Order: sequence, then C-alpha cells, then structure tokens
Amino acid sequence: MREMPDLSRRTFVFGSAAVAGGVAFGQYGQAQQAPSSAAATNPLAANLGPHSVTFNPWVEISPDKITLIAQHADKGQGVGSIQPLMIAEELDLEPGQFEIRFAGPSPAYFNTGFAHELAPFMAPDRSPGAEKARATALEWLRKAGLQMTGGSSAIPDTYEKLRMAGAVARETLKAAAAKRSGVAAADLRTEAGNVILPNGTKIPYVALSADAAKITPVAVAKLRDPSQWRILGKPMERLDIRSKVTGEMKFGIDRTMDGMVYAAVKLNPNKGQPIKSYDASKAQTMPGVRKILKLSNGIAVIATNSWYAMQAAERVDCVWEPSTYPAEQADHWKTVASSFVPQFLAKEWRNDGNIDAGLKEGTLLEAEYRAPYVGHQPLEPLNGIGIVTDKGMEIWVGHQTPQSVQQIAAAAIGMKPEQVTFHNEWMGGSFGHRLEFENVRVLAEIANQMRGTPVKLIFSREEDFLQDIPRQIAMGRYRGSVKDGKIIAADAQVAANAPFKELLARMGSPSKDPDGQLGVGIWNVYYDIPNYRATSFEVLGLSPCTTWRAVGASANGFFTESFIDELIYAAGLDPLKARIEMCKVPIYRKLLETVGEMADWKGPLGKGKGRGVAFVEAFGTAVAEIVEVTMTDAGIKIDKVWVATDVGKVIDPVNFENLVQGGVVWGLGHAMNCELTYSKGAVQQTNYNHHEAMRMYQCPAIEVRGLENDYTVRGIGEPPVPPAAPALANAIFAATGKRIREMPFNKFIDFV
Amino acid sequence: MLELTVNGIKHQINVVPEMPLLWVLRDELGITSPKYGCGIAQCGACTVQIDGAAVRSCQARMADVAGKAVTTIEAVGNGKLHPVQEAWIEHQVPQCGYCQTGQMIQAISLLKAVPKPTDEDINQVMSGNLCRCGTYERIRVAIHAAAEKMGGK
Ligand code: FES
Ligand code: FES
Repeated sequence: MREMPDLSRRTFVFGSAAVAGGVAFGQYGQAQQAPSSAAATNPLAANLGPHSVTFNPWVEISPDKITLIAQHADKGQGVGSIQPLMIAEELDLEPGQFEIRFAGPSPAYFNTGFAHELAPFMAPDRSPGAEKARATALEWLRKAGLQMTGGSSAIPDTYEKLRMAGAVARETLKAAAAKRSGVAAADLRTEAGNVILPNGTKIPYVALSADAAKITPVAVAKLRDPSQWRILGKPMERLDIRSKVTGEMKFGIDRTMDGMVYAAVKLNPNKGQPIKSYDASKAQTMPGVRKILKLSNGIAVIATNSWYAMQAAERVDCVWEPSTYPAEQADHWKTVASSFVPQFLAKEWRNDGNIDAGLKEGTLLEAEYRAPYVGHQPLEPLNGIGIVTDKGMEIWVGHQTPQSVQQIAAAAIGMKPEQVTFHNEWMGGSFGHRLEFENVRVLAEIANQMRGTPVKLIFSREEDFLQDIPRQIAMGRYRGSVKDGKIIAADAQVAANAPFKELLARMGSPSKDPDGQLGVGIWNVYYDIPNYRATSFEVLGLSPCTTWRAVGASANGFFTESFIDELIYAAGLDPLKARIEMCKVPIYRKLLETVGEMADWKGPLGKGKGRGVAFVEAFGTAVAEIVEVTMTDAGIKIDKVWVATDVGKVIDPVNFENLVQGGVVWGLGHAMNCELTYSKGAVQQTNYNHHEAMRMYQCPAIEVRGLENDYTVRGIGEPPVPPAAPALANAIFAATGKRIREMPFNKFIDFV
Repeated sequence: MLELTVNGIKHQINVVPEMPLLWVLRDELGITSPKYGCGIAQCGACTVQIDGAAVRSCQARMADVAGKAVTTIEAVGNGKLHPVQEAWIEHQVPQCGYCQTGQMIQAISLLKAVPKPTDEDINQVMSGNLCRCGTYERIRVAIHAAAEKMGGK
C-alpha cells in the first residue's frame, strides 16, 4: 500500500461516508468493455468454471448455481446478508436462489466508502471544495486498491455499486436471452432467477450462463427507483438468521480440515516484545501433547484437541522480554497528562472566533475527563486455520483486511503476499479486533514449522485478553465560558495515543499525518459557539492501541458532550432545548427535536430521576440519544434510552434497529463497567469477569427512530456508540447532581 | 472409554476424565453449536442441556457427564424448530449469533421453569449469558413471544 495522500492543509479524518460507488462502477464498467482488461480487473474471471460467466467482481453464474460475492466481511453486522440482497434486488433473484461467498483479496474490491472522511470536510458540507476533495480521495482509494471492512463504510461503499452490479448482470442476461430467442431485449423481463419471454416462457439464468459469457457485458444499466424495490427498505429476514438459530452456522472457530492438528499459544503479554527463554518440561508429558514450538514472541503447543493444547500452553514457563511502554498503569496516565505540550501537538483542528478573549468573558469553567484502555473481546476468540507448503500458505481466518492478512502472513514466513491464499470466515464479532493481526502472524509461524499439516489455532480467552490491542487511552482538558445565559467560548484539548495511525503502520502503510481519529468528536461539533477551538496532542510511548468500535469519537464524544452539558447547566439552560437552539445544521437539529419528542422531554423529572442528552456525529452519521435513569437504594438504574439518527436511507430496517440497539449497549456497558489496566507490562483483566460490559439485567429498553433526510447513504455500525456514555453521565448528573468525568463510571457510582 | 449420548446418539469417548464436555462435543464429536467463549462459566455460549437441564458445558467434566444424555440446539425441537427458535427468527435476535445457541438453550430452560416470565424473571435467568453484540432487548422480546407460542405451558 502507499502512503495516504496529502489532500490539503487539514489532514484527513478517517471513517466512512459518500456514495461514490456510481462513479467507481462507471469506471469499472468501462474496463469491462475491453475483454482483455476484464480478466485482469475482475478476480472472478481467473477461476471461472466451464460454461460460466462473471459480469463484474460480485456476480458469478455457472450452469448449476448463482454465486454472489460479499466484499465486506461479516462480523455480525449483517453485511453478509445485505450485500447479496442489494445485488438480488436489481438482478431479480429471491433469497435461496444464490450462494454467498466472501471475496478473496483484490483491488477490485477497493472501498469507495472511505472517500468522505478521507476528505477533510465536515459531513454536511457540500461545497465544491468539499466535493472536489472527496473525488480526489476516491481516486486515491481506487489507485490504492485497499479492500477493508470498517469505519461504518460497508453500506456507503456498496449501496450503488452492488445494485449496479445486479442491474448490469440482469441486462446482460437479457441480451443473451434476446440473442437466443430472437425477441428484442426490451420485450423481455426478469423475475426470480429467470428471463421471461413475452409468451411466458422462462429461461433460468443458469441456463444462459454459457451464452452470456460470449457476449460483451452491458457496461452500465439504469438503477430502479427505491419506490420499485421488492426487498430493500422493507422489513426482511437476514439471510444468516436461520443458520444462526439452528446452530448450523459455521464460524471460523468451527472449521475443521482433514489431518489437522490443534494449536494453542502463550505469548509475551508485554505487547510487541519477544520471548527470552522457556521451560516446557511440565507441559511436554501432558495428555494429547504432540509438540512444543518456539515462536518469535512466545510458544505454541500442538496437541490432539484444543483443550489439551490450551492446558499444556498454560504450563509452559516462559521468560519474557520486558515492555517498552510503562509497566504500570499510573505511569500511562502520567504520560498522557504530560502530553498537552507543543512538542506533542498533533493538530489544531479548529479555531473559530477569538478563544482567548472569549474565555475571559463571563464565568469560566474547567474540567478534565478520562477514557481508559478497553478491550474488544468479541465472543468468538481469535482463531484460524493455516497450512504452509513450499509453494505458499493457505489461510482461513475471519478478517477485515484481506490484503493485509496476505502481507502479514507472508512476512512472518519469508514468502511473498501473492503466495498466501486467503479465505474469509463468518465472524463471531469483531468491534475492531479483527483488523489486527496477532492470530494471523502467530498462525503463519506455527504452520510454517508444521509444513504440510493444517493447523487450527484458537486463542484461549485469557490469551485473547492479554494480546488484545486496546482502544486508545485519552484525556480531555476543557475550558469554557458562559455569560447571560449563553455559551461564549469552548476550548477542547485532547491527548491520546493514535489508534488509526498505529493500525496503518502495522499494515505497512505508515502515515506522517496526524491521526484524524484524535480530532473526531472535538472537531466536528455543530453548535453555534462564537469562540471555539479544538486541538489534539498525540501521546507517544504507551501501549499499542487500535480502532475500537467508534474509535476516536468513543472517547472524544464523551468528553465534548459532557463538557457542553456542564456549560449549558452553568448558563442556566435546558440541556435539550439549548442544544437544539445552538445546532447549526437543520437535519441535525431535527434529530435533537425528534429524540425529544420520542422521550416526551419536558425538563427535570425530580424524585431521583434524571435524563441526559448527547449528540455526536461520527463517520458522517449524526446520532442523538436520551438516557433516563433512576437513583435507587442499590444504585443507578437505567430505565430507558431513546435514539434518533439519520442515515439518508434505511436499507435493512430490522437489522438497522438491532445495530443501533447493540451500539447503545456497547457504549453504555463499557462506559459503566470496563477498563483495561497494565501492571508489570501486562493487562490485568484476562476474562469477562473483569471486563463484562453490559449484561441483560442492566440493559434498558432502547427505542430507535431512523430518519431519512441526509443527502447520502451513511453507515450505522459505530455512530450510535459515542453519544451513549455522555448521555448516561449527563443523566446521572441530572438525577444526583454528581458529575462523572471518567470512564468506567462504576469507579464513582454504583449501578443496580 | 466413556460413554456419552448426544442428541440421541451414543458415543464412546477416549479422553482424560477431567476434559470439559464443551471440548468433547466440539473437537472429539464435531458438534460445534456449543461455543467456547470464556471457559470459566462467565459467558454461557457453551450452554447445553444435560438430562434436560441447562448446563455450562465448559464446566461439566467428562467423568461427571458420562452416561448422561446431552442435547444441543440441533435437537431441542425434535426435528422441528422449537418455539423459542421460531421466536428468535421472527424477532431476528442474532447479530453475530455466536452467543445465541447458548441464549436459546438458557431461554428454553427458563420457560420450562417459568412458563410466563416477567422481564424481571428473564433478567435474572438470562444475565449469565453474555452478548457482546448487545441483543438483550430482542432476547427479552423473543422470550415473551415464545412464552405466548407455548401457551404459558
Ligand atoms: S465458555 Fe462456558 S460459560 Fe463461557
Ligand atoms: S449476537 Fe454476537 S455475541 Fe450475541
């Protein structure tokens, strides 16, 4: 991969957005017209069976089946279902008439959805300058060819291009049927996997595959208006629901292979550091143990089942190289606290009005906030199956960045990326965990020492915790002033380590630019505050960190929306009404109004009850949330949450609601109950009893409304997370008068 | 050799007696619907029925379950979908789905004990089952729906 482009003075903010897919497909369509380049561009062309056809990288038809390709990986967010259904909508296929296959690595699957946030303009900005920067970003993405699932980008990326992929396939099949039947294509229609002649004769698509392969594919077709949709935009059953309910669904951890052996590992918990020495004498004789291997940063046990392997791995005594970052947590915080100095300045993202003068007017407020390290810990632990031969490696692993899996695995065993064949898997969650490579690198090292034998690796939950590269640690220092019932100034300063920049470096694509994730949640703030400044500092020398659901905004959104709340109270205003009045973007103001209506907001509740509101835009999607709590004898009880958001178009309404609810649970649960702390260089929390986030008894009812006023289609995987923590903290303040400025909140208040 | 009946089929198992049932099912018998999540009774992903009761299979030693009848999600409906499974589909509970086989087994056991559970009953019995994707609200709704289907019996 190349370095990210320098698009302007302001650096990029990374995430999702924009429907640029139409443009992308247009270009792709042109390439398709020249048959020689089609093979080079469409990765499906190379492995096509006899009498089969592929029209583009997403549709493959052979005489016996139709296969639709899901380019975005499914971590539970439902894109394994909605991607093929977007194709099926235009191709006139019914669920059950096609197979779904996850894409292999190919630049044809580059992610157009990142274009918006690569461009340094706020989401609602449609000025020519903003549009030009987005087009430049898209062009760069096309050249880079980066295939990645993340940044809530799957729908923005695929909304147009997959429907177009289906439409192009449909029109080409009609052309093939026209040629065979002698009927003009315009007189043909399609339904449920058939081309239908005017006399009612049905020609199944599969029967047309050989003919369709011989004609030049139609380059661009007209997309149907949403009013004509059969499937999209209506309540539908996710294609993976049944197999997940019957137990048939095979996740990565469930795959087996003939002749495979089982591996477990014990790795240096001082992240990134090697092993010095080890003593395997106790483990060697344990049941089922076949072999004990030395790895660059630990050991692996090969055994006849996973449990034997895990038991034995625990019993190997290892001597580790110590950490390069501070061994104790208190020193991590000290490092963060000392980073608010020019030397560590990442960027001043915004400076409106005159901040110094503004702060001198009226009453001054100051507050400091903290967000700890937290773990991803999807319920399916890291795993994978790999086999290395002299020719190359084949790997089955659930991952969000296929090309990087090839690079990392190849580098670990001295091969070339193209020698690594990657197969994606259905994943039992990720939340950013499966953008990292701990399992990939280790599996490659093990399989390389076991050449010719398939190796199945499962991380024990404890290893998974110990190796989990956490969310960034962050501190916010805010100052602001209020006068005559108005907010005059706000100065947001955040210091954190840089999650996305670090991930890029590990992917072999280091960036010199400041990490846009340090700016989200302080930069993209839409309140009319005359003097506003947003600055971030990059903390160096701490634990590696990475993208965790909602990334920068998961911490910064909490800081900013908590402080805005403090200013609003200091100004003697109503938290919801004040936000509505200050909000400069009409469609965002509508969200605040809507969530107020949903909750029937009428000001303070009294009787130990309190409500808090928060509003954050992340990855181009704005979300307003209200949380209601009651102070009981046993502690704070969360009664209800209301959410209003706007993604432009809700494609999959049931799943949309599920994802929003899940995002709220994620945001609340971790804010209440979770942190990872270091001692002796290792994380101290090694299972869910120490990091359990939310369980059912704490989970409130969550009411969701999706508006469709935004001008483009947006993602929803992450944006519901950031407002949850500040809305809860603000509600606790309303109920108790106590401001909680640090996560997890359970260090300061009890929850029921 | 230890004997184990899973979903009506008898198996002879050759493992150490302290090996947890979870790994016997997954690695020795290839029955992968019970999931490994934590290994220490914290997540419920491994829940199966043993002689009809919901049990964390990561905690059940092979020696203790030998001779007993284990039922996994595949067999809870006796060849059909169980009403709990139907409700799970109707309300589209799963996201990643990894926790859901354990959730459903736990829900079936709850409904056996309390045919018409309140939210409070549900919270109490289901709180041992973690869902990292946050599907709790849908689980509650689906359990009420399943109770309805089963006629409160
Ligand atoms: S794996 Fe048994 S409770 Fe988590
Ligand atoms: S659905 Fe993913 S853990 Fe529950």
